[in-house]
Amino acid sequence: MPIERIAVGLTVNGCAVEQWIDPCAMLLDVLHELGLSGTKKGCEMGACGACTALADGRRIVSCLALAASYAGAAITTIEGVGTPDELHPLQEAFIDHDALQCGYCTPGQIMSALGLIAEGCCDRATIREGLSGNLCRCGAYPRIVAAVAEAAGL
Amino acid sequence: MSGVAFAYSRAADVADAVARGGAPGAAFVAGGTDLLQLWKAGRATPTELIDVYGLGLDGIGVDGDELSIGATARLSDVARHPFVVDQHPLIAEAVLASASGQIRNMATVGGNLLQRTRCPYFRTAGMACNKHRPGSGCGALDGEDRHAALFGAGSSCVATHPSDLAVALVALDATVEVSGARGVRRVGLSELYRLPGERPDVDTTLAAGELITRVLVPRAASIGRLATYVKVRDRASFEFALLSVAAVIRIDAGTIVHARLVCGGVAPAPWRLPAGEALLIGQKPERGVFTVAAAAAVEGAPPLPGNSFKVELLRRALVRTLTTIATGS
Repeated sequence: MPIERIAVGLTVNGCAVEQWIDPCAMLLDVLHELGLSGTKKGCEMGACGACTALADGRRIVSCLALAASYAGAAITTIEGVGTPDELHPLQEAFIDHDALQCGYCTPGQIMSALGLIAEGCCDRATIREGLSGNLCRCGAYPRIVAAVAEAAGL
Repeated sequence: MSGVAFAYSRAADVADAVARGGAPGAAFVAGGTDLLQLWKAGRATPTELIDVYGLGLDGIGVDGDELSIGATARLSDVARHPFVVDQHPLIAEAVLASASGQIRNMATVGGNLLQRTRCPYFRTAGMACNKHRPGSGCGALDGEDRHAALFGAGSSCVATHPSDLAVALVALDATVEVSGARGVRRVGLSELYRLPGERPDVDTTLAAGELITRVLVPRAASIGRLATYVKVRDRASFEFALLSVAAVIRIDAGTIVHARLVCGGVAPAPWRLPAGEALLIGQKPERGVFTVAAAAAVEGAPPLPGNSFKVELLRRALVRTLTTIATGS
C-alpha cells in the first residue's frame, strides 16, 4: 500500500513554506525540492557534513534529519547567509583566506562554522575539533580554520 | 539510497507511544541519526516510525538525590548543562568525545544508549550477520575482526557496543526509567544490555514497545569522586572508539575506597572490570598499584587474530586513565 504524503510547514531562510512530503524524506531532499541546491549531498550517512544546515539556529546534518520531524522548525541554509552584493563576514573570510578549492564542501563548512561560532569557540584547537564533522577532500583545512578563526574574532 | 517506505506519526504522549510502539514493524524515532543510517543501508526495515522527539522528555535537572536526564535531551545540551558539568563532568567528557557537533545537536540520550553496533558486517547490506538475521552467520568471526569484542561475545556474534555515554553512565551506577504497557519500571543501565547468546539480534532487555524516558544518576556518585574518560580511536575526532575507559575512584585518607573501571568498544555492552576494581580498593593511588590492577583487569581476555592488540591497548589505557585521575592532569 503506498504511503500518503504529509503536509509539513517549515520556515526556510525566513520564508514560511508548506510542502507535501514523503514521510520518509530527509530534510536535505525537501530543501532540494524547494529549489535550494546550495545544501550539498555527499555521503548521505551523516559522515561528511556537506549537507549541514541550521535548525532553530543549531547545526545539523540534513541528510539524517527526517523532514517530518522538523515540522515547525526554522531552517537556515547557505542561501540564507549573506547576499551576492553583501557577503556574510564568514563568506568574506573564506575568500580572503582562499579556504576552498573545488568548493563542494564549502556551504556545509560555512553553515557548520556558523553553528560552531554560535556555540562558542575559544581557539584554533576548538575550531579544528568543532569542525571535525565536515570533510574537505581537497584538504583546505588550515585555510578553513584560519577563515573561521578570523570570523570568530580570534 | 533509501530503504522500504515507512509511515510516520508523532506520539501524542508517552502512553500513546507505548500503546503503539509494540506493534510489529513499529519503531520509535527521535534524533534518527542511527536508525536512519540503518534504514538507508537496508539494515532496519520499520513500517511505522513513532516520533517521540517532541514529547518534552528532554529536561535535565535534580530529582531528589539524583540527576535526571530526559531521554530526548540532545547530547549537546547534556554536555553543556550546568548540573552535568558541575556534578558529573565525566558525562560531559564522554559526550564531547562522541560523534560530531552536528550529530550531537540531533542525537538524544535514549537513542545513544540504544544505538546499534558499528560492526561493518551488521551495517552493510548483503553481509552475513547473526545480529541482522539470526542463523545467517557471523562474517566478523572469520573475517575483518579488528573492531571485534574482547569480552562477552559468543560464537554467534562478536560485535561491540559503540556508545561512549553508556560507558560513563555505568561507571556512575546510573539507572534508566522505562515506560511500557505494564507501567513504569527502573533498570540499572548494566542490566539494560544483554549478551548475544542465541539471540544476537536482541541488544537489550527492553520489552516490545517499552520506551526509555530518562536516565538517573545518583548524586552520591559525584561526592568526593574523581573520574575521567579516555577514548582511543583511529583518528582524533568524530570516530568511534577502538576502546575507551571510564574510571571513577574515591580516595579517603590517602587510600582508594571506591573504584569503578568500565570499558567501551570491547564488549557487546559497557564492560566492568571487577578484578581490576578489587585490586584498587584499600591501596594508595600510585602508578605501581594501577599497573597491577590493569594487568589483572585484562587477564584472560580471549582475543581474535585481528584484535589481539586491544588487550595491551586496554591495559595501557587503564593505567593512563587512573594516572590521569590521580595526578589531576
